[in-house]
Amino acid sequence: MASATANAALAREPFDKSLLLVVPAALFMLLVFVYPFLYGLWLSFNPKTGGVLANYTHFFTTDNLWPTIWTTLRLALPATIINVGVALPIAFKMRVKTRYQRWVTTILVVPITLGTVLIAEGMLTYFGPRGWLSQFLQFFHLYEGPIRLTHNYWGVLISLVISGFPFAFLLILSYVTGIDPGLARAAATLGADRRAQFRHIYLPLLAPGLAMCFCLAFVQAFSVFPSAVLLGSPAGPTRVISIAAYEAAFEIYDYSLASAIAMIMGFVQLVVVVAVLGLRNLFYRGPVSGGKG
Amino acid sequence: MKHDFSELRLDRVTRRFAGAGGHAFNALSALTMTIQRGEFIALLGPSGCGKSTALNCIAGLLPLSDGSIWLDDMRIDTLPPEQRGFGMVFQNYALFPHMTVAANVDFGLRMRRVPAAEIAARVEKAMHMVQLTGQEHKLPGQLSGGQQQRVAIARAIVIEPPLVLMDEPLSNLDAKLRIETRAEIRRIHRELERSTIYVTHDQDEALSLADRIVVMKDGVAQQIATPREVYAEPANLHVARFMGYRNVLDLVVENVDGDRVTVAGPDLRLVGTQKLPLTGKRACVAIRPDEAQLVDDAGGVNVFSGAVANVEYGGRDSLVDVKTASGTVIHVRSPLQPALGATVRVHVPAARILVYPAE
Repeated sequence: MASATANAALAREPFDKSLLLVVPAALFMLLVFVYPFLYGLWLSFNPKTGGVLANYTHFFTTDNLWPTIWTTLRLALPATIINVGVALPIAFKMRVKTRYQRWVTTILVVPITLGTVLIAEGMLTYFGPRGWLSQFLQFFHLYEGPIRLTHNYWGVLISLVISGFPFAFLLILSYVTGIDPGLARAAATLGADRRAQFRHIYLPLLAPGLAMCFCLAFVQAFSVFPSAVLLGSPAGPTRVISIAAYEAAFEIYDYSLASAIAMIMGFVQLVVVVAVLGLRNLFYRGPVSGGKG
Repeated sequence: MKHDFSELRLDRVTRRFAGAGGHAFNALSALTMTIQRGEFIALLGPSGCGKSTALNCIAGLLPLSDGSIWLDDMRIDTLPPEQRGFGMVFQNYALFPHMTVAANVDFGLRMRRVPAAEIAARVEKAMHMVQLTGQEHKLPGQLSGGQQQRVAIARAIVIEPPLVLMDEPLSNLDAKLRIETRAEIRRIHRELERSTIYVTHDQDEALSLADRIVVMKDGVAQQIATPREVYAEPANLHVARFMGYRNVLDLVVENVDGDRVTVAGPDLRLVGTQKLPLTGKRACVAIRPDEAQLVDDAGGVNVFSGAVANVEYGGRDSLVDVKTASGTVIHVRSPLQPALGATVRVHVPAARILVYPAE
């Protein structure tokens, strides 16, 4: 009886017009994301020659295509782990307001304003065989042999760290400062030293945020393209998956194959993201303050 | 980390903060007192009086600017909080939101590497003491405010600290729960037989819980005494105002005879008791509304008349504002409810008119 009345009241509730505000964003998503994605998916199953799965069979049986997955993972995973791993302790230190906090934060964040191409240009002159670093080390006889930090794996990795770090740092900083410092104080009165406070209080409360940060940083690093071309050796050790897709689309003009490579790229990213977010569910998720007030 | 002690000594404990314009101000000035084992001490005062600063200094969450803290013959103000081993109950509880109630309560024991079997026994005892048995596996977010409060108390007492520090632990509870939890805190204190330092701005809480009260204002301890003394014999006008002496009148001193003082205004003359040496021609008298009465007889000492300006009904009695001819208003708590505008007479016994030097 009571629930019937409640249902009737719900039914009579007028349509919430503010929901219409979602329409422009939904249309935008539909036009620039959902439609191109579905079109690409359809295209990947319509190869120039062969059956429906011909592109995918071609990718996984061709020696300069399928290894690009590992090549890309070999760059993106270490870069992400370095970025998140280094950003965490620095952001943790920066959580309390000090005189230096603003300056340190500014300096760490500056690279986000530089494009990848600008970073690549800078690195070529600084880290190159005739660059400052090399000349400095050889002038002081600190290292005699030729220093090869460009046009190989290391050049691309360094550039991914430079461009990805500020992003991870800012994200983690916002998570860290969101945790009530009173919790660490309470832990201290219960006998937890700084290390134990970090391990038992901050780390478990940060874990979901770190997982999120890891996913975003990984997706960004996995789609590396300009620095792999400019700073790596795009024919060899840094032939990443986006280069393979680019070649298929703009050198052999096989849009269908390029779409298939893009789909595979998206799938690999999805697998990593789902795995990391699955791990996140093992941790507590909820408000990060301890009680009222 | 000490598990027992016979006295905690605060010696000129001072904490300075940088204030506006770079001037340092004392949030806490030279607090000196000795707390015996088993005592319940209340730090009482309005917000900003330095009572929480004092508590945080004792806990080790704020370093001292000056002075020292001693547990018997061991100096502790240089130790970090985790090495002092005091239990603290925070105003917002500060429960760990990602840990179950049981994990919150046994946190301190795990940090001390107590054996698992002993942890289980002590947690059970603490949960029983705060009457939360059966809630062990819930997260703090699933509990009511009063239950969270009791988890916070259990977490602080399970480590059997020599000293329990409580920072306004009842301020987030509703009136009924506050009175119930107050009684429980007193009971737990008795059962633990250790010392408790309790910060509050509520004089009823301080009076009902404490063995001794420290009344604070602007970082300075105004009076350190038993609840009875603080209530009946406030050391100065600040303490009197804070302890409910709502009538403070600025009058002229006419005669001083021992501790009996006669003071007068345009239309009233009062004989009161001197509490501090009088310095000038003027003095302030402090009178509690419940120690003034409406009377019938016209003559006698300390009787004056006025018109009823306002009546606030309060159940058992009413608060009556009596306005004298010259405009002085006296608050009187009375079982009678005189009509507005009626002329009434007020009497206060000389022993309950406290005379302090004018400010």
